[in-house]
Amino acid sequence: MPSERRLRIKTLVMVLAMVVCANAGDLLLKRGMMQIGAVELTVQGIAQAFRLTVTNATIWLAIFFLIGFMISYMTVLSWADYSYVMPAGAFGYAVLTFLAVIVLHESVSPRRWVGVVAICVGVLLVGQTKPRTTEVSSEAVVRCESS
Amino acid sequence: MILSSTGGEIAITHGMKSVGEPSRLRPRAVLQFLGRAVRNGWFWAGVPLMALSFYALLVLLSWAPISMVIPSSALSYVVGTFGAKFILGEDVSTARWAGVILVCIGVALVAAG
Repeated sequence: MPSERRLRIKTLVMVLAMVVCANAGDLLLKRGMMQIGAVELTVQGIAQAFRLTVTNATIWLAIFFLIGFMISYMTVLSWADYSYVMPAGAFGYAVLTFLAVIVLHESVSPRRWVGVVAICVGVLLVGQTKPRTTEVSSEAVVRCESS
Repeated sequence: MILSSTGGEIAITHGMKSVGEPSRLRPRAVLQFLGRAVRNGWFWAGVPLMALSFYALLVLLSWAPISMVIPSSALSYVVGTFGAKFILGEDVSTARWAGVILVCIGVALVAAG
């Protein structure tokens, strides 16, 4: 039986992987689609965009990260509460704001900074609650024990 | 949009809980876990709901300005917590509720820019 502390660390590491993969995936997707340019909403336009997207390395890298996000999301939900993972994942909004300031040198409005502070306090509050309050189904426990 | 995305995520959570956690976080164990997950009915109930929510977002963006749509989608944190409590039977403590409400306000403020 893993200890409470181990469960918490394991959960937070997976949430961090989720946030990093989701943000990296979105940013790369945005960059890849900008390389391709605005898509025309006609049959030829969409066919052309499809050809360009499947041959674009940045798009594939984005897909790789988004698959990484989906895997880490599914994995963490197999042991942790949805009501723990979901708000903890909002940490990504705060990270994006810091990245926008540090990497892109964007100016951030005071209202947005207040939002970042609220998210950080909220995530800290959720983070110190128990990551799991429900039991894993008996079928799953039997499978885990047998493996 | 909020209901379908939350519904989809709750269905996937329910599916993952019944699949059970991977015995170890090694590539092989995680692959076996993913194999079990894609054979779970709840997972496939969740995926179309999440796709529906994405479509609803696109439709909503064509009706209302983005500066209103994205901040109001922060409400999904509160709706999701209700779902976790009443559908998944998770024990949502006062501290967790306070955190969720702060995150909801914070995301709305950040999204509003």
